Amino acid sequence: MGEDFETVIGLECHVELSTRTKMFCGCRNEFGAPPNTNVCPVCLGLPGSLPVPNERAIEYIVRIGLALDCEILRYSLFHRKNYFYPDMPKNFQISQYDLPICVKGHLDVQVDGQTHRVGITRVHMEEDTGKTTHAGASGRIAQAEYALIDYNRAGVPLVEVVSEPDIRSPEVARAYFNELRSTLEALDVSDVRMEEGSLRCDANISVRPAGSPEYGTKVEIKNLNSVRSLERALKYEQERQVAALRTGEKLVQETRHFDEGTGTTHTLRSKEEAFDYRYFPEPDLPPLEPDTEWVEKIRGALPELPAARRARFERELGLAPRQTTLVGASKATADFLEEAIDLGAPAAAVANWMTQDLSGLLNKARIELPESKVTPQHIADLIRLVEESTISVTAAKQVLEEAFETGKPIEEIVETRGLRQVTDTSALEAWVVEAIAENPEPVEQFRAGKDGAINFLVGQVMKKSRGAANVRTVQELLRAKLSGS
Amino acid sequence: MAELCDLTAADLASKLRAGETSSTEVTESCLARVEAVDERVRAFLARTTELARERAAAADARIAAGDAPSTAGIPIALKDVLSTKDITTTCGSKILESYVPPFDCTPWARLAAAGSVLLGKTNCDEFAMGSSNENSAFGPVHNPWGLDTVPGGSSGGSAAAVAAGEAVWALGTDTGGSVRQPASLCGVVGLKPTYGLISRYGLIAFASSLDTVGTFTRSVRDAAILLSAIAGSDPMDATSLDRTVDDYAEGLDEGVSGLRVGVVKEAFGEGVQPGVRSSIQSALNRLSDMGASIEEASLPHADYALSAYYLIAPSEASSNLARYDGVRYGLRVPGRDSIEMMARTRGAGFGPEVKRRIMLGTYALSAGYYEAYYGQAQKVRTLIIRDYEKAFESFDVLVSPTSPTTAFRIGERADDPLAMYLSDVFTIPANLAGVPAVSIPSGLDEAGLPVGLQVTAPVLGEALVLRVAHALERELAFDAVPPLVAGLAA
Repeated sequence: MGEDFETVIGLECHVELSTRTKMFCGCRNEFGAPPNTNVCPVCLGLPGSLPVPNERAIEYIVRIGLALDCEILRYSLFHRKNYFYPDMPKNFQISQYDLPICVKGHLDVQVDGQTHRVGITRVHMEEDTGKTTHAGASGRIAQAEYALIDYNRAGVPLVEVVSEPDIRSPEVARAYFNELRSTLEALDVSDVRMEEGSLRCDANISVRPAGSPEYGTKVEIKNLNSVRSLERALKYEQERQVAALRTGEKLVQETRHFDEGTGTTHTLRSKEEAFDYRYFPEPDLPPLEPDTEWVEKIRGALPELPAARRARFERELGLAPRQTTLVGASKATADFLEEAIDLGAPAAAVANWMTQDLSGLLNKARIELPESKVTPQHIADLIRLVEESTISVTAAKQVLEEAFETGKPIEEIVETRGLRQVTDTSALEAWVVEAIAENPEPVEQFRAGKDGAINFLVGQVMKKSRGAANVRTVQELLRAKLSGS
Repeated sequence: MAELCDLTAADLASKLRAGETSSTEVTESCLARVEAVDERVRAFLARTTELARERAAAADARIAAGDAPSTAGIPIALKDVLSTKDITTTCGSKILESYVPPFDCTPWARLAAAGSVLLGKTNCDEFAMGSSNENSAFGPVHNPWGLDTVPGGSSGGSAAAVAAGEAVWALGTDTGGSVRQPASLCGVVGLKPTYGLISRYGLIAFASSLDTVGTFTRSVRDAAILLSAIAGSDPMDATSLDRTVDDYAEGLDEGVSGLRVGVVKEAFGEGVQPGVRSSIQSALNRLSDMGASIEEASLPHADYALSAYYLIAPSEASSNLARYDGVRYGLRVPGRDSIEMMARTRGAGFGPEVKRRIMLGTYALSAGYYEAYYGQAQKVRTLIIRDYEKAFESFDVLVSPTSPTTAFRIGERADDPLAMYLSDVFTIPANLAGVPAVSIPSGLDEAGLPVGLQVTAPVLGEALVLRVAHALERELAFDAVPPLVAGLAA
């Protein structure tokens, strides 16, 4: 990316709410139920059925709006978004158009110690569609012999969070997405699982000459199934667009599809092929007019949000900003930290273990903390045993690895692997004497005043103890022996 | 001379309670009438004869046990846009010819719980779009007052069934006049209540912001009884009004003395048939004799109502009818892919009037046209609501003809949609404003066909329209019988 171009990014994120029932009927809202078991005349769009709004879903979206510092409109409308698609039971989606429930908010995100404020244009309520599976010989849509539709997801409450085009780099886009996800998590309104589709994201991106007041030609990218895909797709698209502008090629406004395999994007449909959704006010639903008292009650009950939690970690626990960013990245990690602290472990030690060894293990296994077998109890025990000098730091790392693999209690691993440190002087004495006898050269050097030479001797003793000796005790013994005789 | 099936529900209810007859006898009487005339009238698309007999027997047991509401045991017919569990509900369309709903519409669910007897489902214009019943995919209905004339529409089957004694009463739906206009053409009482007073759950939508369930009865008192049985809020319909049910039969006899009656001047212009004009005029004279004050009233924007209606209703319909795509139920015509399958299904399943309105509505909602058409029509709608509010500052009720003409011949307007649309010019404003209105027979024209008079009141003024209509009904003592029925007795 040259200095002479600026990237402009806006994100549209779809959030499935974790209400007990669907948006407009009493069917259960759950992921993974057998196909077409959570359906009724309303979510199947049968003739004569009518939608009735789920009050809890409205409460959830107000919660989201308030957390994003939005204005909650006193009068908002549902609209119909009309287009034909087989997994959409009514061939229109109940959504919102020019009067969404929440408008004009913002979310602050941190990248490399810098704060970026991303405006939130709107947060609106809509319903999800069903899910189509194309079946047949090859599994490709074009060759499919038939399609199967599961309507369990049809009518699940869906919230769309639309950002302003305030994002200037793929890194900030990723940070915004992560911050939004942890905010939603803290609000307890969604499972926010991208792999289950409860959090989805489309990105709009354009580039323009730096300093230009006008936006460049906008491209919408679809099929972003992970945070990694989001950042990769944006980086690719940023380069593609800059390259095009440099060679004088004209960009077209279009929707592009991100291919995870190749890391590239390709045209899905041009602006001319865009649907005319023929929005009009949903006549089956009265306007939403949340009263101020109700909204204020929800505001008063908002939980601590990620930014506030991170600030508290810095203030009260003395963690470094770099650590709070990592530990405070998700509700799961922040909860983990606090639980380990509640079990008696010092905050700094927990944060170190989490951001270094544990984080390394998670990355290697490509899983998230909640999916691992390691619990706050493991970390608290590990820290306690190191502090009590029962095990060495080196041994502790091995213990954590095993706990990560098996989930076994720390004490049990330490015992079965015989990693308890030897601090008994009489047991160590023989090894110390041997080491001195076997290594006259370092002994000479040490006696001649080269203090660092003692480390070699410490290493030899540790080797003889197979790592079980307590380093500090060994040092003390060696010094005593060498200066004493 | 009158058979049981020709009596009012109120009379039958007292006979049932007195043990003078049974629901089974009344039901058999209706079934016999259906058998005798329906080959000529064609009011029914489906008859539920066996179910009717079972329900009648059950109602008799309930009545004998002394545990029966006033609607128990009275046979009814339902327009085929009202969903009935396990009973085919077609909307008069090929696209739903095979559709069997898995649930009951709320009005029927309430009547069924009260022991009502369902005779069958009645013919109508496809998806309730029409004013003559000629748009039914299953053939027209014939008016019992003249078999070569239309019964009106879209609820033509329900109106004709009640007029011919095939049912004691019936339900229809009224989006732009589809209860009142056929009631007028068939010489029965047709009530369209305030929007939201009766749940729309299970009413297969034509235009959601205008659709109302309405009643066909042989007396105003019956309309009050039937309305009381089906009105009231429903958790399944977010637009249903939060209201407990009134007993609408209560204040019927309070008379019209001292009431201010406004005569809608816009409804007496060109195009009103002389026989209609004179019948309404003489009814107004009688109202005056009874102590009501009669003065000219105005709905200045009524002239724009028809145009606004023909933008709003098709717009909503284009969206409401999008779900008929062959994917889940109803007709399916195969195609190479799902989009072609949908297109072929809709091409084969919808009739010409439905297609015309879907295209009108799709166009009116399109990007670039929305403001000029749908947006503008909504503004007109607001103006019409204000017209009514203003008029009701000076008047208790408004009176006009229900339709400019009496029944016209089958085929006469079939090729001229605009002439057909004019049939609803006096009924449409009440739908746009959501106010209640009733049509009652005011007499016969020179050809011996019934004329309908419409009484309109402010929102939730059902008791008032029924009270005025009831007073007028008694005064006019309209007791003419359709020639078809008279012929049976001879």
